[in-house]
Amino acid sequence: MNNLLNCHKGCKIKVTKIHADTNLKQRLISFGVMKGAELTVLEHAPRKKTIEVKVGKMRIALRAEEAALIEVEEI
Amino acid sequence: MNGTPLDKKACPIIANHVKVALVGQPNVGKSMLINSVSNAHLHVGNFSGVTVDKTEVLFDYEDYHFTVVDLPGTYAFTDYTIEERVTHDYLCAEDYDIIINVVDSTNLEKNLQLTSELLTMSKKMVIALNMSDEAEKEGIEIDAEYMSELLGVTCVKVSAAAKTGIEDLINAVVETYKEPKKDPKLIFSEAVEEEIAIIVSYLNKHNFQATNSYRNIAINLLKNNKKTYEKLHDEPIWTELQPILIEAARHIELHHDTDDIKEAFAEEYAAFNRGIVTEVVHYTEERKEQKTLTEKIDSILIHPLFGIPIFLFFMWSLFQLTFTIGNIPMEWIDGFFTWLGNTIAPTITNDDVRSLVVDGIIGGVGAVVLFTPNIIILFIGIALLETTGYMSRVAFLLDGFFHKFGLHGQSFIPLVTGFGCSIPAYMSARILKNDRDRLLTLFIIGFMSCGARLPVYVLFAGAFFGEAMAGNVLFVIYISGAILGLILAKILKLTAFKGVDEPFVMEMPKYRLPALKLIWHTVLTQTIMYLKKAGTFIAGAAMLIWFLSNYPHDAELQKVYTAKIEKAVDANQKVMLENRLAEEELAQSYLGRVGKLTEPIFAPLGFDWKMNVALQAGLAAKEVVVSTLGVLYSIGGDVDETSQSLADNIRKHIPFASAVAFIVVVMTYLPCLAATTVFAKEAGSWKYAVYLFIFTSIVAYVLAFFAYRIALVFS
Repeated sequence: MNNLLNCHKGCKIKVTKIHADTNLKQRLISFGVMKGAELTVLEHAPRKKTIEVKVGKMRIALRAEEAALIEVEEI
Repeated sequence: MNGTPLDKKACPIIANHVKVALVGQPNVGKSMLINSVSNAHLHVGNFSGVTVDKTEVLFDYEDYHFTVVDLPGTYAFTDYTIEERVTHDYLCAEDYDIIINVVDSTNLEKNLQLTSELLTMSKKMVIALNMSDEAEKEGIEIDAEYMSELLGVTCVKVSAAAKTGIEDLINAVVETYKEPKKDPKLIFSEAVEEEIAIIVSYLNKHNFQATNSYRNIAINLLKNNKKTYEKLHDEPIWTELQPILIEAARHIELHHDTDDIKEAFAEEYAAFNRGIVTEVVHYTEERKEQKTLTEKIDSILIHPLFGIPIFLFFMWSLFQLTFTIGNIPMEWIDGFFTWLGNTIAPTITNDDVRSLVVDGIIGGVGAVVLFTPNIIILFIGIALLETTGYMSRVAFLLDGFFHKFGLHGQSFIPLVTGFGCSIPAYMSARILKNDRDRLLTLFIIGFMSCGARLPVYVLFAGAFFGEAMAGNVLFVIYISGAILGLILAKILKLTAFKGVDEPFVMEMPKYRLPALKLIWHTVLTQTIMYLKKAGTFIAGAAMLIWFLSNYPHDAELQKVYTAKIEKAVDANQKVMLENRLAEEELAQSYLGRVGKLTEPIFAPLGFDWKMNVALQAGLAAKEVVVSTLGVLYSIGGDVDETSQSLADNIRKHIPFASAVAFIVVVMTYLPCLAATTVFAKEAGSWKYAVYLFIFTSIVAYVLAFFAYRIALVFS
């Protein structure tokens, strides 16, 4: 199993499962991060504490802890 | 007929009054759209109970009177942030006629996520396809007519920036308002449609009475909509309906391979939206995988190495502007209020009334107005950071560090602002969208020593350490305050604000050039709010402190001294006697009595009653600490931190260890009354101001006690 946190900059991936509680899941879904969504990893903050990804045409920032909950597969 | 009453409408207010709710995701240009309606009147206030600005726009069009409420941007129909809650509650509970859903044409699919949720609201709706000019430039073409047909909702292309299509939009709103309500065409997957059909046929069979369509009721039941459940719960059909719903939920969840119905519906909406976008959006140019301008800028501004230094440079510039340029009008304002006081004073004969007007009211209001230039410049800076989209990058860069202390990346801005003045710092904490993050940040802003405390530090550092060391001592004071703040944040996070960390998921919006009108509007709104809301409280509090330090009057005391002063021949002696009088008057005032009364409490910290009074007067404003010490150590109230005689007197009368404890208290106790008032407003309740008082008092007392004991050992 691969998660979003392990992906390198420039990686293109597809979300397969979100292992978050309802609240966080809702938050992610409202930004378009849901099962089947395609993401591109754009940037990491210093020491990989936060990560920027592209969903559709939108760029969003996630904390490392949250990114680790998103199960992905490479495309 | 001209000029006769018959010309006028009989009842212009009630006749054809259309109330519009303006809804959209953040950064879609909603506020700009509302600003581009010509001949409109802006109405600015607050949503009840929260510090979220509520903008209403009133205008007339043909025979209609429009009231447009600009609701805060929300990504989805949730209640995660205050803004989202305000929008959610407004749409569900308030009375309005029609929704205008503003969407960003350059990013339609994401925007439709909110739109499809609004479609289930059973309200009349018009969709404004904003930024249509920008979309065209990017080679995105949207077939608005076809989209209207597919959704069953009128879609109008507009551009708030280029001011095109505004009239078409208003026309569409009028048309939709006149027509009877239609059900939007929201189509789901087969599994969901099947279940909708079952529920609809059940409602049909029982001829259920409802204002909304059966389809709408069925969708809301499947979505677990609370209100619909509440309505149906008391109906006799409920007992039969319930097993149907349980079965339906199981079916849908199975279909989506999840145990969360909300997730299932999100996927349903996403699929529907993808369908709509494929149908109505066409790309005139071949879309290349090219770096957008935003990505290019981002590669510099959030660079892992250069990102933070660049940000620090921006902050440094902002503070330079705030506290250097801001100081120029501050001097004028100060001068104006001094002049006003001096001009009015001779016109009032009664001593008490004069003192109340000049020292109490004019002084108090002046203190409020004095901070306005700082606040305006800071707000312009923050509005610039926010509207350009840079603020999100700041959070992205700094969250790693601040999260360690239980804070949020964006906490940095209010905390650094706190070094200038706590008032704008508290206000800038609004950028934190989550309640708990904001409250925690608010609680520790006070530990960032504000500018008004500097005179106290300068005075004591100069008196006890000599000029060579004073600078270093000042540096240590500021740094240790900041470190203490971070440590206390961590402690608060582990105790009072315990709980799961709020998730950090945030949009990094496109970089945009700020619209001057919008910034002007934002800054103006916030400044007026500050003057209006805080002003009344601050002026009242200043008057209270004035009263406590001036009353009761001791006529006997005054008589004795007046006689002595008249007898004195030497000018020096006269001044000394006048100072002594001021000291004795302050000593027997309510404030002085409290100082003496609390002497036993503060004795373990090594304070005498004079230090108590100075600190308690400092609750009104930190600048007052120095002038009060001046009065109490008998050299007159007209002193500043550079006054050599005051420093000498203080060194003579205050032991070193007590001075250290005094500094610690000034560093950590409650910010001035003005700031505390703003704190309460921003935190949302006076209850929090009480907590802040208790929290800072405990911290100040405990730390000062240890500082005193340790300093005693060394001195």
